[in-house]
Amino acid sequence: MDMNEIKEIFFQECEEQLAELESGLLKLNDGDRDPETVNAVFRAVHSIKGGAGAFGLDDLVSFAHVFETTLDCVRSNKLEPTQDVLKVMLRSADVLADLVSASRDGGSVEESRTRGLLKELEALARGEMPTGGGAAEAPKPAPAKAAAPAPVPAAAPAPAPTDESGFQPIPFTFDGFGADEPAEDLSVFEVSFKPRRDLYAKGNEAALLLRDLSRVGEMSINCDMDQLPAFDKMDPEGAYFSWTIQVKTAKSEQDIRTVFEFAEWDCDLDVKVADSSAEELPMVPVPFDLSILDDGTSDADGDDGGAAEAAAQAVAAAETATNVTKMAAAAARVEKKESQAAAAAAAAAANAANAANAANSAGQTIRVDLDRVDRLINLVGELVINQAMLSQSVIENDTTGTSSINMGLEELQQLTREIQDSVMAIRAQPVKPVFQRMSRIVREVADMVGKSIRLVTEGENTEVDKTVIDKLAEPLTHMIRNAVDHGIESPERREAAGKNPEGTVKLTAKHRSGRIVIELSDDGAGINREKVKQKAIDKDLIPADSNLTDEEIDNLIFMPGFSTADKISDISGRGVGMDVVKRSIQALGGRISISSRPGNGSTFTMSLPLTLAVLDGMVVTVAGQTLVVPLTAIVETLQPEASAIHSFGANQRLISIRNSFCPLVDVGRILNFRSIQANPVEGVALLVESEGGGQRALMVDAIQGQRQVVIKSLEANYTHVPGIAAATILGDGRVALILDVDAVVAASRGQSLRQDSGMKADMSLAATG
Amino acid sequence: MSYAVKNLAQGSRELIAFRIGDQEFCVNIMSVREIRGWTKATGLPHSPSYVMGVINLRGAVLPIIDLSARLGLRRAEPTPRHVIIVAQVKNRVVGLLVEAVSDILTVTDENIQPVPEVSSDLEKQYARGILAIDKRMICLIELDALFPDTESEVA
Repeated sequence: MDMNEIKEIFFQECEEQLAELESGLLKLNDGDRDPETVNAVFRAVHSIKGGAGAFGLDDLVSFAHVFETTLDCVRSNKLEPTQDVLKVMLRSADVLADLVSASRDGGSVEESRTRGLLKELEALARGEMPTGGGAAEAPKPAPAKAAAPAPVPAAAPAPAPTDESGFQPIPFTFDGFGADEPAEDLSVFEVSFKPRRDLYAKGNEAALLLRDLSRVGEMSINCDMDQLPAFDKMDPEGAYFSWTIQVKTAKSEQDIRTVFEFAEWDCDLDVKVADSSAEELPMVPVPFDLSILDDGTSDADGDDGGAAEAAAQAVAAAETATNVTKMAAAAARVEKKESQAAAAAAAAAANAANAANAANSAGQTIRVDLDRVDRLINLVGELVINQAMLSQSVIENDTTGTSSINMGLEELQQLTREIQDSVMAIRAQPVKPVFQRMSRIVREVADMVGKSIRLVTEGENTEVDKTVIDKLAEPLTHMIRNAVDHGIESPERREAAGKNPEGTVKLTAKHRSGRIVIELSDDGAGINREKVKQKAIDKDLIPADSNLTDEEIDNLIFMPGFSTADKISDISGRGVGMDVVKRSIQALGGRISISSRPGNGSTFTMSLPLTLAVLDGMVVTVAGQTLVVPLTAIVETLQPEASAIHSFGANQRLISIRNSFCPLVDVGRILNFRSIQANPVEGVALLVESEGGGQRALMVDAIQGQRQVVIKSLEANYTHVPGIAAATILGDGRVALILDVDAVVAASRGQSLRQDSGMKADMSLAATG
Repeated sequence: MSYAVKNLAQGSRELIAFRIGDQEFCVNIMSVREIRGWTKATGLPHSPSYVMGVINLRGAVLPIIDLSARLGLRRAEPTPRHVIIVAQVKNRVVGLLVEAVSDILTVTDENIQPVPEVSSDLEKQYARGILAIDKRMICLIELDALFPDTESEVA
């Protein structure tokens, strides 16, 4: 695994942490005061910081650090998470997300934004901080120092972000961070290093450790060989040497210890300042095998110039923490409770529990390449078809239907179906990430237009296919912007109307009859029908004298080229309107509708298929070919009577359905399966509604039935076929084509079905039914 | 120097020979994925005349090309004795309908003679050499040349 892959994983984890962070902050915003929520938020920021440090993403580290410090004040109840505080934090979360994506994709985040927020965060952290006393002799300057200079902020604080709470960092190598520090900060450490035999047994090598140590700074080594026994008494696997090393370095004690990070348990290590210079105070040497945790604490104390008393206290606290940590190794669960009990004494313990928690949850999920899942889905689809074919041939040869083969087959059938369902479930994901993204959009847009708006989400754990989720974000964003910008009135107007000045946008998701239904409602003014109608007339979308029902007027907003905003604002109304939303929802095989009550707001309802891999279709026969028509397109099916068919012009025919006339389209003719039109009376008409609105009656020869089909791409090995959306494989193992209803309807309107015209003349389409 | 000769310069190479009507052709064995019997294909609307339709190849939709028609010969009338050569052409997989697979040949470049000057453009386009083996004449064709990026550009 190379560095880039690891980095990629880090960014993926960042996404999750950011989601966790945001949802935690929103919970706090809603008045949740559960310490676990605060911890989760804190953990998320901390994990991002830790990972970013390992990859040397300094901007990210420095911002995360300040954010973390402020969050820690919340955690230790020094800062009340009021609405105002949380507003800053939510914005910080947004900036953190931007910094993460900037680090991933290149680019940068506006410095002024970061700096402004950093100041606000620091102010929060400082403002509420108690001035003295208690077990926490807080090293206040540490966080402030971390934030102030942008270029080298990570150098000192990142390896030792320990503050008064005793929070401990996950050790990471920060080699090279101290490189730019001024030379006068050099200090001399005396390191005594005595390996035990286990060190060698575990494949460590003293020479390599010493070599690494030499990179920290200038050093002089003294090897103590007194322990070396006579040759005949020597254990070849024993450890007899010890070293005393003087290191002259600009780096901290932590950096020296980092060198021994993986050997620490198997050696006696002692690091002390031999000759303290400048601000570094002599410290009580801490025996290293206590834990790596303590030295972080003592280091921070050293920085602070705090009393030896404080150091002793810290050591004591850390000892508690160490005990708890040791227990964590044995029983993570018990340990968690334990740590909570001990939280007052040593908050570090909680952190250990968090680490254990994180480890637990990491064990529950795995990351799998989407391609692999898709391949599995393909194979299972094939298995289902194969099983159907096998059943068919067994039934043909075994008329009694009682043989053991038959029974076995039935079981096989059940199993394959179950496998198919489970495999499909792998692709299913909760809609939560998309919903969370929306809360940021609501925040930003509300800020921009000066409204106060709350987003309420429900059913975030409703699962739907990943492809659907990915494609849902864009239309949803558009609608949310619309709702905030146009739907909800300004606070003054809301107050005048006797409403809560704070508007509410509600986003819900639920499963309903094998589809996912997403509702977006606002408690705004609702659709101004007069205005909408006038606009439609002005734009020549409807005739001036048309008589429309309220519902029809509401649906006008989905018409192409419709935008009601009086002024084109930055947020919405850029000319791409709800028609784009409608089209993208339809592209997913979904439908969208609106209901609105003047004065009470509007509700958009989207119904989407749970997966794009399968489709409910009607299997029909056209000119001897089997075709599948997507069920979502079909409004109704009917058997035309001769009296209902009317000729219209040279070769058009209309069918009258409940007193309205609808053009008849012969699918076989459009697809060039036959050259003469079929007799409509002998076939079946499928009444379909298409993208551009308007109904068409598609003529097919017969309906075979209705079934769920697995969608297969034609483009993978061939080119796009006009009039055909995709292919599928039926139970008999043959390929059937899935009709592209929109294209067929468009062709029936006189547009050529072929986009590319370089084809043979006889291929060109007679676009009539 | 032609494509085939250039590629074969490194040494011997294996080719799969097959029959269409009374002519024999061969393609590089490296582009052949498998050989299977004929199954009825589902016709595609608005396809060139040499596209017979699509079949189900273990879950993938595989277009079937009537190689005879594609090479400008008679259109094939497939029987159960016909075979489909499943071949990789660029990044796509296609099935080539031929009458029968006759041989697997191991040749070096001195076995391959250049294509004689003929008037037909199509031959110039796909033929990359001629092999004389046991008094038979086998024409080496390059599949990539038969199927440019978009099927619809030729025909």
